Amino acid sequence: MKIRIIGGLVALLFILIIASCDNEANIEFKRYYSSGALVYQTHCQNCHGAKGEGLSALIPPLTDTIYLKNNKAQLACHIKKGIKGKLVINGKTFDDAMPADDLSALEIAQVLTYMGNSFGNHLHTIDVQTVELNLSNCK
Amino acid sequence: MKRLSYFLGIIVLMSACKSNSDKKLPIYGNRQAVTKTVDGKTITDTVYQTIGAFKTINQYGDSITNKSLDNNIYVADFFFSTCPSICPIMHRNMLKVYNEFKATNGIKIISYTIDPKHDSVAVLKKYADKLGITGNMWWLLQGKKEEIYALSKNYLVTKPEEDAKERFIHDGSFVLVDKQKRVRGAYNGTDAKQVDQLIADIKTLQAENVK
Repeated sequence: MKIRIIGGLVALLFILIIASCDNEANIEFKRYYSSGALVYQTHCQNCHGAKGEGLSALIPPLTDTIYLKNNKAQLACHIKKGIKGKLVINGKTFDDAMPADDLSALEIAQVLTYMGNSFGNHLHTIDVQTVELNLSNCK
Repeated sequence: MKRLSYFLGIIVLMSACKSNSDKKLPIYGNRQAVTKTVDGKTITDTVYQTIGAFKTINQYGDSITNKSLDNNIYVADFFFSTCPSICPIMHRNMLKVYNEFKATNGIKIISYTIDPKHDSVAVLKKYADKLGITGNMWWLLQGKKEEIYALSKNYLVTKPEEDAKERFIHDGSFVLVDKQKRVRGAYNGTDAKQVDQLIADIKTLQAENVK
């Protein structure tokens, strides 16, 4: 009986530890994501839309999950330096420029986590360390 | 009890009818009472403020003046094609108005560029193509800068301003103009809900013109 109770307690403790680990990653994600939603509203939404839908052939949508996944390491530079030239998104060509936006690495990480996990994308947390590394490799 | 509920029901129905037929949009701007003599009788008439004359070119290179809009209900806004701030959201919302009425005669949209130096006919045509608009329902208009800026007063919106950082600061309003060229409503073009109201008000205005 006693062993059973102790065993039960140990199992409970084990579950709690795992749950709290999971929570820490989860909390970090949520922190990035919710701050990112605000950055998105102030810096991106006017052009890219509340649902990341873009605007006709003028502004590309943010719903091309394959493009975003394949270019994950370049996204920070795109925001910081802007984009010029042709882009093919969802099979459509866009050739207008996106202006540069001088956001901090943290803000970029937040907004990338937000858009990377909205509009059908699943890129998980893109943290500030990753963004700083990506920014140092901007062309 | 049953009778009472019938009675109440009738009252509710009647009041519903009443509010529908009475719905009328306000007329904005200055007005003047003008007294004139018609057939020997003196009558007083109200003269409302209207949109004045302007000369522009649309995205097809056609000359467009105030006269081109005769007998049309129209929505006007001010924009520029390279606008980084509020224009995309304005025109995303304006597309809703376009799609709602593009098959209807007598309703138009005009967008005056406030950067005529950059927004040539070719630039405006390209912008229209990319926006996905065709035909003559929505005109993008280039005119003389001073003339366009002065027009903002006619439409009762803030006069555009040139700014070092944003390049041009302008009002994000959509202005509803009736067949008599009077301003009948102004809506925040960046607010989807107000644009829905604009669509509803255009329908009200259409009904008013039928009578």
